[in-house]
This record gives sequence, C-alpha cells and structure tokens, in this order.
Amino acid sequence: MRMPLFRGMKRWGVLLSALILSSLLLAACGESSPSVLNTQGPVAAKEAGLFWFILVVATIVFVIVEGILIYSIVRFRERPGMPAPRQIHGNTNLEIIWTIAPSIFLFAVLIGTIYTMFNLSNISGTGRPVTVQVVGHQWWWEFDYQNEGVVTADEMHIPVDTVINVSLQSTNVIHSFWIPQLTGKTDVVPGHNNTKVFKADTIGTYRGLCTEYCGLQHAHMDFFVIVMSQDGYNSWVTAQQQAAVKAPTEANAKAGQQLFLGAGGCQGCHGIVGVNLKDYTHLNGGASASLLVGPNLTHFGSRRTIAGGVLTWDPATCQVVTGSDGKPIIQNEQQCGLYQWLHDPQGVKPGNDMVIRQLSDTEIAQLVAYLESLT
Amino acid sequence: MATRTITEGVSVVRRKRFSETYVGDWIMTTDHKKIGIMYIVTAFFFFLAGGVEALLVRTQLAVPNGKVLSPEIYNQVFTMHGTTMIFLFVMPMLTGLGNYVVPMMIGARDMAFPRMNAFGFWVVLLGGLFLTSSFLFGAAPNAGWFSYAPLTELTQDCGATAVLCTPGANMDFWALGILMLGISSIAASLNFVVTILKLRAPGMTINRMPMFTWMTLVTAFLLLFALPSVTAAAILLLLDRHLGTHFFQSGFGGDPLLWQHLFWSFGHPEVYILILPAFGIISEVLPVFSRKPLFGYTFVAWSGVAIGFLSFTVWAHHMFAVGLPLVAQAFFATSTTLIAIPTAVKIFNWVFTVYGGKISFKPPMLFALGFVAMFLIGGLNGIALAVVPVDYQLTDTYFVVSHLHYVLFGGTAFGVFAGIYYWFPKMTGKLLNERLGQVQFWLMLIGVNLTFFPMHILGLLGMPRRIYTYPDNLGWNDLNLLATIGAFTIAAAVLVFLWNFVITLRSGQPAGTDPWDAFTLEWDTDSPPKPYNFPVLPIVRSRRPFYDKKNPETADWKTATH
Repeated sequence: MRMPLFRGMKRWGVLLSALILSSLLLAACGESSPSVLNTQGPVAAKEAGLFWFILVVATIVFVIVEGILIYSIVRFRERPGMPAPRQIHGNTNLEIIWTIAPSIFLFAVLIGTIYTMFNLSNISGTGRPVTVQVVGHQWWWEFDYQNEGVVTADEMHIPVDTVINVSLQSTNVIHSFWIPQLTGKTDVVPGHNNTKVFKADTIGTYRGLCTEYCGLQHAHMDFFVIVMSQDGYNSWVTAQQQAAVKAPTEANAKAGQQLFLGAGGCQGCHGIVGVNLKDYTHLNGGASASLLVGPNLTHFGSRRTIAGGVLTWDPATCQVVTGSDGKPIIQNEQQCGLYQWLHDPQGVKPGNDMVIRQLSDTEIAQLVAYLESLT
Repeated sequence: MATRTITEGVSVVRRKRFSETYVGDWIMTTDHKKIGIMYIVTAFFFFLAGGVEALLVRTQLAVPNGKVLSPEIYNQVFTMHGTTMIFLFVMPMLTGLGNYVVPMMIGARDMAFPRMNAFGFWVVLLGGLFLTSSFLFGAAPNAGWFSYAPLTELTQDCGATAVLCTPGANMDFWALGILMLGISSIAASLNFVVTILKLRAPGMTINRMPMFTWMTLVTAFLLLFALPSVTAAAILLLLDRHLGTHFFQSGFGGDPLLWQHLFWSFGHPEVYILILPAFGIISEVLPVFSRKPLFGYTFVAWSGVAIGFLSFTVWAHHMFAVGLPLVAQAFFATSTTLIAIPTAVKIFNWVFTVYGGKISFKPPMLFALGFVAMFLIGGLNGIALAVVPVDYQLTDTYFVVSHLHYVLFGGTAFGVFAGIYYWFPKMTGKLLNERLGQVQFWLMLIGVNLTFFPMHILGLLGMPRRIYTYPDNLGWNDLNLLATIGAFTIAAAVLVFLWNFVITLRSGQPAGTDPWDAFTLEWDTDSPPKPYNFPVLPIVRSRRPFYDKKNPETADWKTATH
C-alpha cells in the first residue's frame, strides 16, 4: 500500500530532473528561439547572469527542503506496532534559525537585485549613440529615427556595439517592448514616455515581441531587430533617406502605383515619400503623416516582414510573370507571403485595420511589382 | 359524517411549507453547514467550467498555428478561465469550507449572521451565472482577468481617430460581475470576522484557535481592506465606459497606470486571499495524519498575520516593467523579499510537523504533502520574478503562468482537495474511496508538473502570455504539446474525483463521527452534524480540545503551556 508511493516519488523525481536538465540545455542553446539565456548584448547578459545565480541557489534550496520532506515521509511512515510519536509543539530556537537563514539568503539576493537594477543602463559602446522612437500600434511596431528623418515598420535596424536609446510611445493601448536576446521588456504606456537603453554585441537578426496583452492580435505583434555593422547601418540610413521614384517605368509597377494612388487606394492609409508624402512626417499638403493609420511603405521593398511578423516574404519567391491570358500573375502564390497578405489580410490576421476590397490576382501582381520596386 | 372527515383531513394533512420541502429547505436555509455545502458545490461546478476553458486554451496551443478557436474566442476563453478560477472557484470554495468548518472548529452553533451568510452565497451564485452568461451573448470578457485599461475602455482618443477598444458589453459583464462578487465577499468576510472574534466556545482564546480558523480570519480582514480598491476601479471603469469620464485615458489627462495601481493593490492581497486558507487547511491535515501537533503554532499563525500586513505593500511588483522610478522599484523589490520570509517559515514548520511523526498516507495527507512539495516550487520560482532585472525578462511570459499555477494549482487546489477529502466524511457521513483518492492524487501530481514545468522553459525561450497562436520555428512546439498532455492528465484526475464523489454518495463506506482520530472540535459532532452542531457547548483548555478529550492522561493542557 505504501511502497508504491515511494517508487512513484522516485520515478517522478527522475522525470522531473530529466525535464529540468534537458529543457535548460534547450533553453540555453535553442538557436531558433528568442531565448533570454542566449544573450547577444550586455543588458540581457546582466539579466541572465542574475537568473543563473538564482537558479543555482533555488535549486540548492529545492533539493534540501524536498530532501528533508521526502526523508521524513519515508522515515516516519506509519508501520505496524509503531508507538505514538512524541508530542512536540515546536522549538523556538530552531524556528528563529529558520526565520533568519532565509532572511540572510533573501537579502543577499536583494542586494544583487538592487545593484544590478541601478547598473543595468550603465553601458557604453564605440559608435555614436542612436536614438529611436518606438511607436506601438494595434498591432505592429513603428520605428521613427527622428535625427535621421527616417520612419520604418516591423524591422528595427541598429548598428552593432552602439548604445541605443529608445523612447516608447503609444496612442492606443498598452504594449510592451521586448527583445529577449538583447534586453528585458519595458511597457509602452500611453501618456508615459518610457525610455530604454540597450546595446547589441553581435551582428544578426533578433526577434522582438509585444508582451503586454493589447487586444485581438496580440499574438501577431512581433518585430525583428537587425543588427548591422556600423558601415552597413550608415548605408542603410542613407538609402532610407531617399525618396521613392515618383513615376516607375516598368509597366506592372506603374500599374501598381496607379492602384496605390487610385480612388479608395492604399494611400488612404499608407504613405510613400516622394509619392503621397513630402517627407517622412508630412503629407504632400503639409498635414501630419500620423493621419495615416498604416505603416510607411517608402522602402517596403527592403523589408521582409509583414504586419507584425504574421508573414514574411521574399522577392525571390514572389516573382511576377505573365499568365496565359497575357496578364501579370504571381508565379507561385502559396509561397509568396505578400500575395497571401494582399489576397486576404483579414483571413491572415483577423481584426487588423487593413480592410480592403477583394483584389484580383492581376491587381495583386501589379501591387507586388510596385512594392518590390520600393527598395 | 362526511363533512367531519373532510375537516379532519384538512387539519391533519397540512400542506407543507415551502421551507419544509427538500428543495425549499436548501433554498431557505440559514444553516452554515448547508450554506457551506452549497458554496462548495457551486465552486466545484465553476471549477469544472474553468477547467473546460483551460482545456480549450491548451488544445488551441497544443500545436503551432492552432485553429481550434478564433482569436476572439480564445481571448474570451483565457479571460474567463482566470476570472472563473479566481472569483468563482477558489474564493467561493475557500469561503464554503470556512463556512462549513469554522463555526464547528470554534465550538459555535452557527455563523454570527446566518441570513447575511445565505445572502452572500446567493449573490455568488447569481454573480457567477451572470458572468458566465456572457458567453450566451457572445460577449464574454476578453481583456484578461486583470482587465488593463485603456484596452478595456469603450472608446479611446487615438490621435486623429477615435479607436474603439472594447465596444461590446464584454467588459461591462466583467465589471458588474466583479462588483456583485465583491458584495458577497464583503458579507462573508464581515461574518467570519464577527463569528471568529465573538462566538468562540468558552476557553478558546485567540491563541488556541485552530490554524484554519486563524487563516480564515486573516483572509477575511484582507478581503475587507482589499476589495474597496477593485470596487473603485470597476466603478471608475464603468463611468469611463458609459458616462464619459476619462480616469484611465491619457489623452484627456487620465492615466492608464491608475488602473494598474488600483487593481494590484487589490490583486496582490488577493493572491494571499487565495492561498492563506489553503495554508490553514494543510496546517490542520498535516498534524492529524502525522499524529503530532502543528510544529510552531505561534510562528505559523503570526507569519500568516505578517503575510497579511505585508501583502498590502507589494502590489507594484506586478508592475516592474511599466516604467516606475528605480527607487520605487527597489522599494517593492524589498517588500517582496520581506514577504518571502514568513512564507519560508511556514514551509519549514510544515516539514517539521511531518518530521518525527507517524505518517498515515490517507488521501487528505497525500494532497497536503503534495501541497508542500508543489508550493515550494511556486515559492522558489517566485523569487526569480521578485528580482527586478530578471523580472524585466520574465514578466508576462509563460514563466509567470508557470509560477502562478504552481502556487494556485499545486498550492491552493491541492489544499482544497486535501480539505475536501478531509471533511467530506463530516459533511456526508461517508468516506471517499481511498484507492481512487490515490489514483487522483498521482494523476494530478504528474499532470501539474507535466503542464506547468515546461512553461518555465517556454518563458525562458521567449514565449509571451496570452497569445492565441505561435509560429512553428521558435522551438516552442514540443514543450507546448507536453503542457497540453499534462492538462488532460489533470482533467483525468478530476474525472476520477467526480467518479469517486458519485460512488461514495451512492455506496460509500460509513465514516463514523471521527474517522481520522482528529484533534479539533468539528469532529466532536455527529456526521453529518445536527443543525445545532453541539448539544452542549464544549469547553476548551488547549489548542487540541478533541485530542484532550480522547487522551485525558496526556492532554495538551496538562503537558503544554498555552
């Protein structure tokens, strides 16, 4: 009756420790995951360091306390003929000890906490610091490089080994800005201009996520941080500062621009500098570009992420060809994220602001041709 | 002749009053035991509802790009899962157990205000049905159990355009439901406070009260002081939504963080409201099945009181990421560290209650031991969240989901099942089947760890809470599937319990008045007890009055000083 209990306990213990070990290895090494333990910058590294410290201490406490518990369960299980135990009501000295012991341990952790907290933003880099205003929309991220005069969406480009100062803005609900491999999160609260400082040590692409529940499509509010060399970043900025070509020459792209500008066209929500925007912040008429609810598309052809990471696309898989009826079509629709998005934005991401009429495959191909040209 | 017969018939076969019928007896009752049972049954019903919601959530997340629920339905289901489990399962369940047990434990014949007691129950039932009925209108609350403004606002100034945030009645259901349940909790808490302070049997000083009574008292005070803040928040939200005020709208000088401060200054005491009575339950169960008194009664009681006070000073540790000044964050990190100390003390006291005992592994004991083992994990992973820089990484990820479920499921739910197995024979006169109890316990222990342990790692791997789906290339797939398998294991355990419940009611083994050879006064009554509980009020001379009565030679009042 009683023995199965302990055999089960042991099995459970083995299972648990196997789980812990295998999964922590997974967490530390999972290359594809945005793991907080696979750090690529000093802020995340400090945070992870503290986590490992707590993990070690907590594991020791866990083993000791569960050990005493399991020992007591085994040692003092009822056996036939066992006399009634001594009626011990307590032991003040012992209890004082186990009040003080965890206090010492907890206050050691607290000192580490407070020290790290106040030093978290204490970082320096080689390049000139970059300031980015991050705007949380429902449900995508806008990155506004005010000093450079560039606005982009879904992909945040930053130079490596450079201090990045982020200011967080929202005019709708609360979001939270998080790049697990680079920095912990800070909420984007309307009316509170929260700021954040971080740095990336390694060139690469890192996933960022919204981590405050922000409504229907909270699940689809990711972004990518693209860490570039200093030179690469500079040329990216220079390229982004260029206006788009006012009148494309290629026939499909030209037709695509007509759709963009036409009655009920994309320009009601999206801006392209040089086409319906004077610059990144002003419409042609001089009004503020913030009247447009959708992301800026001036250099959409240089981005690969659509609508908060719900889809990605690549010009290589979105080739526009001439169909059997002589009209342009996308060669392989199912592999083209941009086709899927333009074909049925509400099906891909229900509830998003892009409510459009059903576009024909020809129109989609023309729009894709135009958007591809916006590099 | 004939006339006379008729007259006699009328006078003899008087029509039963409504309160004398079986149904009427339950509806009209003011007996704390009947009300307690109704609370428990109602809470268990909502536990099943919340459990189905949890299974829906886990089914949707079992594989990447899940298509079981639409995003809107998913959001409603996870919101109602949290709301149901907290407000409609744990709170009524603990109130119900308290209602049933506390008056008997302290040697009273009923609660201080029996009719208010009944009122409290009926409001819970109506409030719960009201909240749940929102599904019928397709408008269940959908903004999470903490309902952060401004997402919960009707409209919100969004630059040039007014964006509708939650235009439907979803949040009205939530706010009104919370207000109703708050009224009920206030009624129940006042009743507990007065009952425990005024109706104790002769000789039962505060220092001799059973630990479950102690923890119920602390919880009642917590509710009385914490509920006003969430009540205010819900009313302000309703004003914002319907009367054009702007308490939480930054565009008009309001502040979204006001909601968070109001909510969490209720919400954190609430966490202890959900766990303290469970502390009390296992502080009753562990001694009885170890055949020893509770180790360090005074420390356990006063650490509960300390937790009660400190729980009002830690609310902003739910808000480390909102951008509070660093000094404020340091304050809340410190208070959170402080509240961990009395909690740690309790765990040591429980372990040493078991140590040196004569342990019998009846189902209540299994669940109580499971509580200690699981609650320890919930306490230790909580430390990671109290460490502010680590919290920046882990808050609002699945790590938090893991932490809170180790505390609320591994802790409170195990405590509740310990309590149900422990007091069921008193309530019905029948013993729940022991073998099925063991099966349920092991299924549940495995299920809890299978479900919630992988969530630690999911959080570390960057999976946020409250996402209705996730892509397949982030290394989250296997762990999510494991968690779903665990959730269904827990569901199987609950089905075993239901089966046990049914067969025990039909043909359970008779329990007698004192099946566990227990220590406290509720066992010194019939099973089930008479409406008046005690024919003669007991006289109390120590912390274990019934133990004293059964062991006059070694009675506590002879050997211990308290």
